[in-house]
Amino acid sequence: MEATYNYKVVRQFAIMTVVWGIVGMLVGVLIAAQLIWPDITLQLPWLSYGRLRPLHTNAVIFAFGGCGLFAASLYSVQRTCQTRLLSDGLASFVFWGWQLIILSAAVSFVLGITSGKEYAELEWPIDLMIAVVWIAYAILFFGTIIKRKTQHIYVSNWFFGAYIVTITLLHVVNNLELPWILGGSTSLFGIFKSYPVYAGVQDAMVQWWYGHNAVGFFLTTAFLGMMYYFVPKQAGRPIFSYRLSVVHFWSLNFIYMWAGPHHLLYSALPDWAQSLGMVFSLMLIAPSWGGMMNGIMTLSGAWHKLRTDPILKFLITSLSFYGMSTFEGPMMSVKTVNALSHFTEWTVGHVHSGALGWVAMVTIGSMYYLIPRLFGREEMYSTRLINVHFWWSTIGVVLYIASMWIAGVAQGLMWRATNADGTLTYSFAQSVNAMYPFWTIRLVGGTMFFLGMLIMAYNVWKTVAMGKAVNDAAIPQAVHA
Amino acid sequence: MDSGIIGSVVTVVFFLLFVGIVWWAYHKDNRQKFEDAANLPFEEGDDGIDRRRS
Repeated sequence: MEATYNYKVVRQFAIMTVVWGIVGMLVGVLIAAQLIWPDITLQLPWLSYGRLRPLHTNAVIFAFGGCGLFAASLYSVQRTCQTRLLSDGLASFVFWGWQLIILSAAVSFVLGITSGKEYAELEWPIDLMIAVVWIAYAILFFGTIIKRKTQHIYVSNWFFGAYIVTITLLHVVNNLELPWILGGSTSLFGIFKSYPVYAGVQDAMVQWWYGHNAVGFFLTTAFLGMMYYFVPKQAGRPIFSYRLSVVHFWSLNFIYMWAGPHHLLYSALPDWAQSLGMVFSLMLIAPSWGGMMNGIMTLSGAWHKLRTDPILKFLITSLSFYGMSTFEGPMMSVKTVNALSHFTEWTVGHVHSGALGWVAMVTIGSMYYLIPRLFGREEMYSTRLINVHFWWSTIGVVLYIASMWIAGVAQGLMWRATNADGTLTYSFAQSVNAMYPFWTIRLVGGTMFFLGMLIMAYNVWKTVAMGKAVNDAAIPQAVHA
Repeated sequence: MDSGIIGSVVTVVFFLLFVGIVWWAYHKDNRQKFEDAANLPFEEGDDGIDRRRS
């Protein structure tokens, strides 16, 4: 029998990327609308803002982004190692395990079960499930690398590898918690309740060490792995500088781990730790921009492709947003800037310039590359619709982040304004009132991005209907390199 | 040895390690090796679509 690649698990994850993207962004649109019309969900407790907000963040990061990363990593690791995945059974376990985690997460958030740690709100039973599935994924990924037929380990695999190792560490350390039943809880929901083993400022530091590295290693390093495979493939030429990618990889890994304290400026955290977080955040500009240049310059000499290829438009625009948000991030970590920006809508704008502009767009571009290949087609059903999707998303992101910048700066200035006698110029309610026009523009931008996902879903549906699942993609037998 | 000394030593060691990585990445003896690696995505066989061209 001819050796083949495992496309099944890639296909499953690729389809679910689109499904969870739609679900997660729909919840985002809903909570954006709730800020303008607080009673839009009829005051049902299950659909209140406090429960839906973690549902939105977890769905878009771990369900949409997560499935996209599983699809991209499990596809590219096989192809760059020229070998089938370590185990088909383990691959299925990772897929079904991850879907079960997503469903459990959605149900538990709606019921109001939360540990209250941002981006780590899931309670201990789901935390344990994640640990098991994640270790299975690590075995699957590294096992495939170990049985590779090539000599080199391609750079995208280094990025995915760093992501898998670091997320294991972050998830375990930040979720060390004591279930309340050990303390004798008798309430039904008490079964799920837990408290962190850390207290006070140590808990805050562990949480933001986790929180920022979730940004650094889940939302950056892993998606850079995606970039280093799919940008060269779609552009049809090798990465601009492989040597730069090596330096990019190690510098990111050396620096990112220490940027977390910038979430706790002017808090009870010791001042030296705050300054350390700020300095490391500033240093991050170098590797971030090095990586961005490396990706964009891959098109050097073939810029004309950008005019006609909407998949490349997605990928290259995502790198531009990556560059923008990795300039903005270090700037916001400067203490004096943070004094204005912290707790304001500016932060929300910054996060979405990264999450929609960079993460979602690089994922969407990669899925448009991947999905036809998984279904035996040369290209998507409609390239024109990819182009429409591109423009809807780009305009949507720009509306979103521009409105949040203005809103954030206005909010920050209103909060810090004082009268000559030292009293506050504006009440908090006045600053809320000033937000409505910007929240409305943000809702329009977010809705546009969401509608783009529906266009994608239609395009994917038609492509799948016209194609046939590929399960016999052959691995080349004559191996060099 | 207190934690301050350990922190300083680790910082210096990591810095030197990083300088070593940059030196290794840009050393001319490794040029061919990295060029081979850069071409890996283009040596993985067809995409599984050419045979099915309709």
